[in-house]
Amino acid sequence: MRILLMGNPNVGKSVVFSRLTGIRVVASNYPGTTVGFTKGSMILRGEEVEVVDVPGTYSLEPTNKAEEVAEQLLQSGDLVINVVNATNLERNLYLTLELIERDIPVIVELNMWDEARHKGIKIDVMKLEAALGVPVVPTVALSGEGIATLVNRLPEATSPTVPARTSDERWSEMGRIVADVQEVTHHHHTWLERLEDASLLPFPGLLLAAFILAVSFYIVRLIGEGLIGYIAEPFFYNIYAPLLMKLSSLLGSGGFWHNVLVGRLIDGQIDFGQSFGVLSSGFFVPLGAVLPYIVSFYLVLSFLEDLGYLPRLAVLLDNVMHRFGMHGFAIIPTFLGFGCNVPGILATRILESKRERFIAATLISIAVPCAALQAMIIGLVGDYGLHYVILIYGVLFSVWVVLGLLLNLTVRGFRPELLIEIPPYRIPQWRALLTKLWLRVSGFLREAVPIILIAALVISILDYIGVFDFIAGLASPVVTGLWGLPKEATAAIMVGFLRKDLAVGMLAPLNLSIGQLIVGCSVLAMFFPCIASFLILARELGLRDLLKAIGVMLSVAILVGWLLNMAL
Amino acid sequence: MPTGQVGVVSRLMGGRAFFRHLESLGIRPGKKVTKLSSVFKHGPVILEVDRARVAVGHGMARKIEVTLEDK
Repeated sequence: MRILLMGNPNVGKSVVFSRLTGIRVVASNYPGTTVGFTKGSMILRGEEVEVVDVPGTYSLEPTNKAEEVAEQLLQSGDLVINVVNATNLERNLYLTLELIERDIPVIVELNMWDEARHKGIKIDVMKLEAALGVPVVPTVALSGEGIATLVNRLPEATSPTVPARTSDERWSEMGRIVADVQEVTHHHHTWLERLEDASLLPFPGLLLAAFILAVSFYIVRLIGEGLIGYIAEPFFYNIYAPLLMKLSSLLGSGGFWHNVLVGRLIDGQIDFGQSFGVLSSGFFVPLGAVLPYIVSFYLVLSFLEDLGYLPRLAVLLDNVMHRFGMHGFAIIPTFLGFGCNVPGILATRILESKRERFIAATLISIAVPCAALQAMIIGLVGDYGLHYVILIYGVLFSVWVVLGLLLNLTVRGFRPELLIEIPPYRIPQWRALLTKLWLRVSGFLREAVPIILIAALVISILDYIGVFDFIAGLASPVVTGLWGLPKEATAAIMVGFLRKDLAVGMLAPLNLSIGQLIVGCSVLAMFFPCIASFLILARELGLRDLLKAIGVMLSVAILVGWLLNMAL
Repeated sequence: MPTGQVGVVSRLMGGRAFFRHLESLGIRPGKKVTKLSSVFKHGPVILEVDRARVAVGHGMARKIEVTLEDK
């Protein structure tokens, strides 16, 4: 048996899903968090049943790619839990009526029951049940209230026989039902609601946006540096390094295995930034240098997501984003891309047109550095002064702007406009926040760390047998000729195909000048997506657009690297 | 339609897809909407429909015809 969770965007389906299955999934406070679908299972009366978290949809006539997924899934389900936002029956019931017309048992879950109460909305559940002809259960998914009742009443789900209606008939039916079951009393505006409207106005909204972004960046750096300085580095240098030195002397301080596992000794010591053995830099790069920034970035991002701030940013920046061929909502995938390009590119699915998705995904994979890459750049270039780090961000941002303008002029296709529902601000709950943080951090540990270790292994073997020297010879016209980098940097650029954080790390032992470092980091950021982003790009764009995107990437990286080399 | 004004949607001037899209967000003929704010001259317009806030791109907003209500 397969149970589908369906409802309008941002009604809390993912939270309900976690409650039912115990599987934790990313839930946020904006429409379109779930773009693919997640499957899980739960035990119902001693029987295992499948539960599917379907992307949000306003109706069964899809308007974007995520909604198409919803329509397709409906064909395969045996029962629908229709999650409804109790604070907005007027709109949510449209999908409910459509679902009831279909030949599938439905049960309605009136979620956000607490918020409705706070807003002075009273709904007569019994009357609603009678009007719809299916069971209705009020819940507060975030706290778990009512979920047990929902599960107990699942077998009561029915598919009443109703004739298919036109949309006009559905709307008038809804009007009748809502007038009958709902009573709204006036309530006073809270400070949070005042802030909700203020943050949408150009003034003070834009000032507020600048302030929020600046504070976010500052906090990310503060927490990231704090974790590195007080936890990661003391652990690696005081506890781990002596252990590794023992292994080093056991291996006789040299030879093939020493080179692979421990790497090169610098002045007889292990230098985690330069040794490049699997056990030394292979562990230090992901865990010591990158992980702290992953934690701090996602903590701040998750806070902004749960608060409901991001859609407001989308509205404020809509005007500007149109010049780059997208509408304001594209700012959300871009933001996610700063954590990891993969979820960023996936999130472009909420954009309506192929054209927008192509532009957004291409810009993300070229000019939006992921948290891992940023952590390494800050660690490496930051030693020379923060203004050099800012310079690299400036270069990437300029590329984003210029490329966006160019793509807007050259890529043909439909240009949709912004049309989104803006959720109310909700004070993030610590538990939900930490759960989401853990989900994302463990995702990084599971998916990125093995790739880094394998990459480190491959590098040290290839290095040992001298393959890099051969390829460096072939690539030298670009690497040395145009970018002004030593030919040893070729190895780093090749590793960039696997993981960019490790690749930047490989620039460390080369004794580059600060100018070369800036060229190297910028080129690595733009040149080619890492293997994970590449696979996602291929899936989302299709072969033709993928080739186009890669063509753009290669030319931009070669050109900008050359310009930077001339300028610095 | 000035900011702060309440009106009733009388017509959506666009194709079927446009109509369906706005309808799915609750903006359809006969619905009461309040214009809460707009971002710059050609930016999105924020409407309140049934206590929910919806941001509508400028070009789309121009195609929503409303009958203003007296305050």
